[in-house]
Amino acid sequence: MTIEILLASAVLAFAVAFIAGLGRVSRFAVIRRVTAVYVELFRGTSLLVQLFWIFFALPAFGIQFSAFLASVVALGLNYGAYGSEIVRGAIIAIPKGQTEASIALNMTNFQRMRLVILPQAFRMMLPGFGNISIELLKGTSLVSLITLTDMTYKGLIIQNSNISYTMPVFVTLLFAYFLVALPLIILARKLEKRSAKGVANA
Amino acid sequence: MSIPEKKLEGTRLFPLKQKKNPIAAFENVKKNYDDVQVLKGVDLNISPGEKLALIGPSGSGKTTMIRMLMTLEKPSSGHIKVEGKYLWHKEVSGGLIPANEKHLREMRQNIGMVFQHFNLFPHMTILRNVTEAPIHVLGLSKEEAHQRAVDMLQKVGLGDKLDAYPAQLSGGQKQRVAIARAVVMQPRIMLFDEVTSALDPELVDEVLQVIKDLAKETDMAMILVTHEMDFARDVADRVVFLHDGQIEEEGKPKDIFENPKSPRLKSFLRRFLKS
Amino acid sequence: MSWDWNFAIEVFPEILGAIWLVIAITFGSFIVALILGLVLTFARRSSFKPLSLLVYAFIEFVRSTPPLVQLFFVYFALPAIGISINKYTAGIVTLGIHYSTYVSEVYRSGIEAIPKGQWEAAKAMNFSKTQTWFRIILPQAIPPVIPMLGNYLIVLFKETPILMAIGVGEFLQKAQLIGSTHFKYLEPITIVGLLFLLLSYPSALLINRLEQKSNQAFTGKKNRRLTNQFHLKSGA
Ligand SMILES: Nc1ncnc2c1ncn2[C@@H]1O[C@H](COP(=O)(O)OP(=O)(O)O)[C@@H](O)[C@H]1O
Ligand SMILES: [Mg+2]
Repeated sequence: MTIEILLASAVLAFAVAFIAGLGRVSRFAVIRRVTAVYVELFRGTSLLVQLFWIFFALPAFGIQFSAFLASVVALGLNYGAYGSEIVRGAIIAIPKGQTEASIALNMTNFQRMRLVILPQAFRMMLPGFGNISIELLKGTSLVSLITLTDMTYKGLIIQNSNISYTMPVFVTLLFAYFLVALPLIILARKLEKRSAKGVANA
Repeated sequence: MSIPEKKLEGTRLFPLKQKKNPIAAFENVKKNYDDVQVLKGVDLNISPGEKLALIGPSGSGKTTMIRMLMTLEKPSSGHIKVEGKYLWHKEVSGGLIPANEKHLREMRQNIGMVFQHFNLFPHMTILRNVTEAPIHVLGLSKEEAHQRAVDMLQKVGLGDKLDAYPAQLSGGQKQRVAIARAVVMQPRIMLFDEVTSALDPELVDEVLQVIKDLAKETDMAMILVTHEMDFARDVADRVVFLHDGQIEEEGKPKDIFENPKSPRLKSFLRRFLKS
Repeated sequence: MSWDWNFAIEVFPEILGAIWLVIAITFGSFIVALILGLVLTFARRSSFKPLSLLVYAFIEFVRSTPPLVQLFFVYFALPAIGISINKYTAGIVTLGIHYSTYVSEVYRSGIEAIPKGQWEAAKAMNFSKTQTWFRIILPQAIPPVIPMLGNYLIVLFKETPILMAIGVGEFLQKAQLIGSTHFKYLEPITIVGLLFLLLSYPSALLINRLEQKSNQAFTGKKNRRLTNQFHLKSGA
């Protein structure tokens, strides 16, 4: 279950990150404003509070998510907000000369973004995305608090059945999370080392 | 071994003529960086009070030499001695063991250094840059350290900058503070690593003048790595020409500059005296 | 719409009542993180390889496993081997240790930004190792990273709701109790969200301001940017 939630919310988070990140640098003030409010709202409150709000409070408006869906939405929107900062940061870090060169080549705005800016910015985003994936994995443990049977919840159940299991259960649980995180850690560190290459520095 | 202070005041030592125990000695010192040998067996004695100019093309190993004497780099082989004691080793019942931090700190008391890029402590005022080590390393009282620092800063012409921060000074002023900072520690040997190379041309002279004055009145030995040939001729008792990690020629300034023997020194000087 | 203003106003003081507890836990664990973070930084730089490797592994492990599970470990599992602590201490210790690994990276980035010449000058002036750290290096390394540390203070603050899992009566726990007694969750949980926003957003703005100022600190160098690769959890 932990893996399913991780994958589903990662897809949502990265999609949201791109949309909101591009929104933050949009030509239209309204779009910039709206995405900024979204980002600040989700970064300014807690993930757990957001999860509870979506699961417990939204039904008051007649929107009833399953625990799974509530988890994916909360995690996706929360880390999407953090991810959008990475997207935005990478885009505005691309030197002005690249934009000017694209204009000189008479590209449309869309072409400029797709062909020149994003391919360069994307490399810069990768390490950040690697780190966000690790944070996201950690975040999935919170879904146990809305009774979703992820790894943490299962650990709690086993622990409850026999008090002498407590120590082994939590040690195993910690190592299980670390094991899932390990490929992400290695990937993130590798990307960090490579990220500087392939980006214009003039 | 230590020199009576009286004798030194105002007089100039001519160590070349005296058979004194060297204050510092390089004995077949080699230094490798990975596979590249940058010092290929250097032998050199520095006498107490001697002013020695170290010249040579860029990359010849001048910086490496004095950084080893300052214990910033370790020789790959050979020995450096200061005041007759091994710098990088400790003598224990006849044998040598690698020096520990305590030994290195004892040895460093003898040595001071002025860097090409000043390396002042940016978070301290000028005054504190100069009093910090006397208070915390030498254990002087605040008043005494303060007195010493102010005297020295006045001497280098910065008596009015005590409360400024390094960032507020010009390069020449910074370097003069760096000199004061090293001198108040009263080392027996001072090392100067191209201390004017990072300065704007119009600021070079004020720093050289400070060093000249200092050289005249102090009994410290000095090793001056420099590309300022006139300055070297003025100040030095002896000039050493380093080339490709080896001492190619050495002698009195007059001989070195007016009558160089090795072809390499000749071409080096030709390039320098032209520009 | 089913937002009930009367209910919201009625329960607001009760939720707000947790503020001192939340602040105490936040600052308590922040102090633990600051001190332990420094210890980790030193240990990580130790020339004794086994120690620095062990600390490296510890940092990676703690940073990539969930604080919630770490909290359970500290609160439920440690008593099994005879180390019993109350829930508040457990919360402070867990959050403190977890964020000490982030703080240690912040210190590291600050220390690595100090030019090599400063270490060399300290050696040439014959300062001891300890003097070099506390008189030369840290006084230069810490001020530029204060904004980053401030960010982690806010991140820590926003992490406190997980303590409800072991029954610490912070904002969310209060809201949850109110919600389950009245079967009305919208108002209490929304209030909690607003409280977090109200407390963290202005602090984040303040830190931003601080960051801009510290870029022109005593070094006189402009835009001495410190990049911290783990620094993605920055406050709003
Ligand atoms: N840390 C180092 N690693 C590798 N090579 C070095 C290092 N420091 C100096 N060198 C090399 O050693 C040689 C001598 O350098 P240096 O002593 O700085 O020469 P100089 O001061 O005479 O210009 C140069 O070729 C330089 O590239
Ligand atoms: Mg040099």
